[in-house]
Amino acid sequence: MTIGGLSLDPRMVALFGGVAGILILASLIGFVLSRRVTSEAGRETVRNLNARIKAWWGMVAVFALAFAFGKLVTLVLFGFVSFYCLREFISLAPTRPSDHRAIAAAFYVFIPLQYWLIWDAWLTMLTIAIPVYAFLLLPVLSVAKGETGDFLLRTAKIQWGLMLTVFCISHAPALLILNIPNYQNVYLLFFLVTVVQLSDVLQYVFGKLFGRHKIAPRVSPSKTVEGFIGGGLAATAIGAGLWWITPFSPLQAAGMAAAIVVAGFLGGLVLSAVKRSLGAKDWGTMIEGHGGALDRMDSVTFAAPLFFHLVNFYFTI
Amino acid sequence: MIRALLIGATRFLVGGQGVWIGSAPSGAQRIYFANHSSHLDTILLWAALPPHLRRTTHPVAAADYWGKGAVRRHIALRILNAVLIDREGGRRVKGGPLAPLHDVLERGESLIIFPEGTRAFEKLPGPFKPGLYHLALAHPKAELIPVFLDNLRRAFPKGSLLPVPISCTARFGARIALAPGEDKAAFLVRAREAVAALA
Repeated sequence: MTIGGLSLDPRMVALFGGVAGILILASLIGFVLSRRVTSEAGRETVRNLNARIKAWWGMVAVFALAFAFGKLVTLVLFGFVSFYCLREFISLAPTRPSDHRAIAAAFYVFIPLQYWLIWDAWLTMLTIAIPVYAFLLLPVLSVAKGETGDFLLRTAKIQWGLMLTVFCISHAPALLILNIPNYQNVYLLFFLVTVVQLSDVLQYVFGKLFGRHKIAPRVSPSKTVEGFIGGGLAATAIGAGLWWITPFSPLQAAGMAAAIVVAGFLGGLVLSAVKRSLGAKDWGTMIEGHGGALDRMDSVTFAAPLFFHLVNFYFTI
Repeated sequence: MIRALLIGATRFLVGGQGVWIGSAPSGAQRIYFANHSSHLDTILLWAALPPHLRRTTHPVAAADYWGKGAVRRHIALRILNAVLIDREGGRRVKGGPLAPLHDVLERGESLIIFPEGTRAFEKLPGPFKPGLYHLALAHPKAELIPVFLDNLRRAFPKGSLLPVPISCTARFGARIALAPGEDKAAFLVRAREAVAALA
């Protein structure tokens, strides 16, 4: 299929058509609910739901563009996602003026470097650049200023931010460079993002409908056993149903989806604890209804590297 | 065009949302006074104001920094509508170093000033210089609005070459006024506390 000189894979068009269909349905449900619900608490929930749906339309549109225009645009897009997430993280983490050089290196050297390494498909270096070289270099840049107060804390915060928002998130677009015979890797990225985000949404929905038992009331009060099991199983089933766009068999696709669901859940839990230890509820205010960008990407930070290495270990040549 | 780019770049790097806590945006004549920790303060505070107020609000900038070089001078004078003042050789200027500021206030327009006079390293502002007192005394109609600029000392600290992306905010507090017969030192301490209270 060709639109304005741009060739689109019919399978991708069908997939995005499906996503748009789900969103249209969700928007309709949101609209009907906003007319029906009258209680104040219910209204608040519906408002939140509609804000989420609206933000989803924007995200899907951006993703569709990235998928249509290929690897370069996808990498640039994820580079900006990392940028905004790191900005949110560093803004909340109380660093000091004397950390300025280390933070500058994290933003201006390591974000472009990490995404360039993916562009260059230099697999070894992209898996060690931040865990080894940034780990060693950043404290060196800070120590030169001679401020020892909270040195370990400050250094750890910058390194954690860089690992989560740049290193971990970059493993999602890094799926594009894996060498899988006779396969278009862009579908793996679609599989990952769809399963992670649906798992988030379905856990939220199942939790709202059936949630009774809180899993970690102090860390993340909205996470319930019922939500996790119901939403997780539903997302795993949808992942299994998408096996035909992956190099996996239906059973393998279910296993992969389950791994993504569990890692995503744990990522959400850990980042929620990090956020609370910094004294905030939402990471930022960038996407309406979603808190910050990092609130949408928290599950991706854990799911992407795990999925990347599972695929790399079992399915590449 | 350049103005939009400059504001766009500032927003992209450091955000710079205006948060109105004790006062609301208004066309009344005002003197905004804020803590000073980075060269971005001027642009950030100015950009945090609604666009229609920016036209009549003039940041006060040091001539020894913003007046140097064609680019900086152009940004300061043409884009930010800044008034340049001479921090050191003020006595040579006719009417004293504050003369250009009095001119702006006499026209009924507003000012943004950084009464510490220089950039601080610490989170809370240092002692205020007396300029704010003299302006308040001479122009009692101008509303005095304290502003706290948060996080800029981390985003672009004194002595660094490049700003880093850290979300910053400009918090606008409730107006204060010079009491009749109030002592200069007491007023300056009170003004400083009004800014520090927003931290």
